[in-house]
Amino acid sequence: MALLFRNTPTHYGWIAILLHWLIAVLFIGQFALGLAMVRISSQRTAFELIQWHKSFGFLLLGLVLVRIGWRLGNVRPTLPETVAPLERRAAPLVHALLYVVQLIVPLSGWALVSVSVLEVPSVPFDLFVMPNLPLGASDAAEAFWSVAHEWLAWVGIALAALHILAALRHRFLLRDSVFQRMIAPPSGDEPRE
Amino acid sequence: MSVRMLALLAALSLPVSTASADVSLGDAAGRYSIGTGGSSIRFSIAKLGGGGLSGAFGRFSGTIRIDGADVGRSSVEITIFPDSVGTGQGRIDAFLRSDAVFDSANAPQIVFRSTSVKRTGDTTAVIAGRLTARGKSSPEVFTARLDSLKRGTVAFHVTGKVLRSRYGMDVGTPIYSNVVDFDMTLIGRRG
Repeated sequence: MALLFRNTPTHYGWIAILLHWLIAVLFIGQFALGLAMVRISSQRTAFELIQWHKSFGFLLLGLVLVRIGWRLGNVRPTLPETVAPLERRAAPLVHALLYVVQLIVPLSGWALVSVSVLEVPSVPFDLFVMPNLPLGASDAAEAFWSVAHEWLAWVGIALAALHILAALRHRFLLRDSVFQRMIAPPSGDEPRE
Repeated sequence: MSVRMLALLAALSLPVSTASADVSLGDAAGRYSIGTGGSSIRFSIAKLGGGGLSGAFGRFSGTIRIDGADVGRSSVEITIFPDSVGTGQGRIDAFLRSDAVFDSANAPQIVFRSTSVKRTGDTTAVIAGRLTARGKSSPEVFTARLDSLKRGTVAFHVTGKVLRSRYGMDVGTPIYSNVVDFDMTLIGRRG
């Protein structure tokens, strides 16, 4: 049986589904790790957690870029007929904002480490040295990007919460195909509705 | 006694100079106290992608004993107070003082005691000894060069490489090298 990799007019393919969940887990995990690493008392553990946060951040950024490319090169499945007009307008807006934050939250983190006066190199998973963004390092720039990164992360997690609540509503209240189609594409010829 | 007096007289008669050809370890016999005035203990650690982290210790003390008859029987002892570390960046200093690196609250002293001194030239010697930091001791080797000798004051330039992992300070490797490069100017005053 051939796996459905690409999207169809009614369903997401495996690549879109895989990228969605990988990025979902990474984004929420990074949020939790980010909160923990700046609150932990052990400076050694904090340093190590920050390096993990940077490694996963660059992985996240790479996956987001792949995801945006995949999205642009694939058909977008339309919502089922049953979805109400208001949601039909709200969903693309929230999705667009989610794309914006999943791109700019890691970018703002990259900016933060680039302008930090501590000048700690970024070495994702100890594999290679990631160059800094060409921004001047200063205490002021570091303070700005630190606040920006944290606030953008909170905006991102709030949007993700809204997105999750909407998905759960589709799954448990509306009981339509919207939730299921991000779990798996239809296995046979027949649609899942 | 007479040998030491002769060495002392020889030392006192030496011209004021930093050129190594004018000074000799044998002429510098005596006991010297290392103070922070004029001395410096600097270190640097390379980091991936180029550049590095460098700093210095502001407080330390020590003693150098130079045996005029047999330089090989000389000894040196240095105590560094890691609380005095300075890199020019307060947050890095706090990190270095914390339990991530020096744990200076619980391990306030880093001590080096020589176990052997081997003369390698007129003004140079290799000093082997034990370095103790954070409760861990390990053999280390430093290279010393007598730079000047005048009016009861000796100036040594000392270099050496220390692997910080031996002292439970391997945090940040491999981003920051395990090798710490020491570069010291030690001014000893007789007495």
